[in-house]
Amino acid sequence: MGLEDWLGNDFISTRVKDLLAWGRKNSLWPMPFGTACCAIELMATMSSRYDMARFGAEVVRFSPRQSDLLIVGGRVTLKMMPVLQRIWQQMPEPKWSISMGACASCGGVFDTYTMIQGVDQFIPIDVYIPGCPPRPENLIDAVRLIQEKVGKTEIQKLIDERTGIDHLARLEAMDRRKQEANA
Amino acid sequence: MTSLPLADMGKIYAERRERAAESAARRVERERRLADAVCAWLGKDLVKREAFRDQQVIYVPIERAHETLAHCKNALGFDQLTDVTAYDTLKLEGEHPERFVMVWILTNLGQEARLRVKAYLNEDDPVLPTATDIWRGADWPEREVYDMYGIEFTGHYNLKRLLLPEGYVGHPLRKDYPLRGRGERDNFPVIPRTKKASYE
Ligand code: SF4
Repeated sequence: MGLEDWLGNDFISTRVKDLLAWGRKNSLWPMPFGTACCAIELMATMSSRYDMARFGAEVVRFSPRQSDLLIVGGRVTLKMMPVLQRIWQQMPEPKWSISMGACASCGGVFDTYTMIQGVDQFIPIDVYIPGCPPRPENLIDAVRLIQEKVGKTEIQKLIDERTGIDHLARLEAMDRRKQEANA
Repeated sequence: MTSLPLADMGKIYAERRERAAESAARRVERERRLADAVCAWLGKDLVKREAFRDQQVIYVPIERAHETLAHCKNALGFDQLTDVTAYDTLKLEGEHPERFVMVWILTNLGQEARLRVKAYLNEDDPVLPTATDIWRGADWPEREVYDMYGIEFTGHYNLKRLLLPEGYVGHPLRKDYPLRGRGERDNFPVIPRTKKASYE
């Protein structure tokens, strides 16, 4: 690469956008929503044997306002669904979500009046993990998939889409108003 | 640690089993005597009495249930209420005169004895007085029974749903309630992925 040849081995050239995406995808802060046995596997994944820290996603936040990856691990009941929805809404954009295990993804074996048959009916889910419970490797795989997705996402576009506000158009309109005021 | 010869171990275990059987027999005898006492106190009001695997069960008329429970506690020393629950017979087997059966499981801690008191309850008007004035511990079990069967306890100071969310309609442990519910589990607002994909 031209620039790097010229500057020597201590430099790389990239785009700011890619640099930010690289940083973002390797510093996911998960919010664990562990309501049943899957949460035990989630804890195992976080702890030293499987060590999620290797993938930069070990800072488990128990406050949705500080996290950007929701991991729904376990059964979600009628009473818990409003809580889950609220937590999802409290997480700041941009955010991603994993539905971990059979129960969260489709209700599992609990086909009764009180069990939500798949959280994806009511909140958006990016990656599903099959299994009852999924092994830690599966969860790590899911986090890698999320990382891939985060790396490719155009953040501003995503935020515009999710909030319904076209930020670029707003900035242009602001510029126009400024020019009109100057003229 | 020195290990005993096998023959000795066998003897020790056999003795232990014997002692356990003896103490169980003594407990069964105590429970039977306590149940006898309740029956004698009830006199001709006793509905039915049975023993399943030496567990004493006494059926009382629903009007006298509260009185019987108070008597069990004050006169016979049943100082702990292990559980209050109910079940729905649907009058299926023909042997049940009413649909619901209330169950109180009592424990006498002093004598290490248990007793089960049951009472049939009418389907049309499932109301009975609370036992919270006898045992404070009846509070949550009664709320659970109310939650699951719609049986009401008069005099309960806080008769609200215990497990299901407030505003839930119906009582799901009644046997005529559909297993998959009546659509409650599908009635939530959907949070769309994007504003454009909103379903509203
Ligand atoms: S999928 Fe299996 S392990 Fe996970 S919450 Fe359901 S029952 Fe438990």
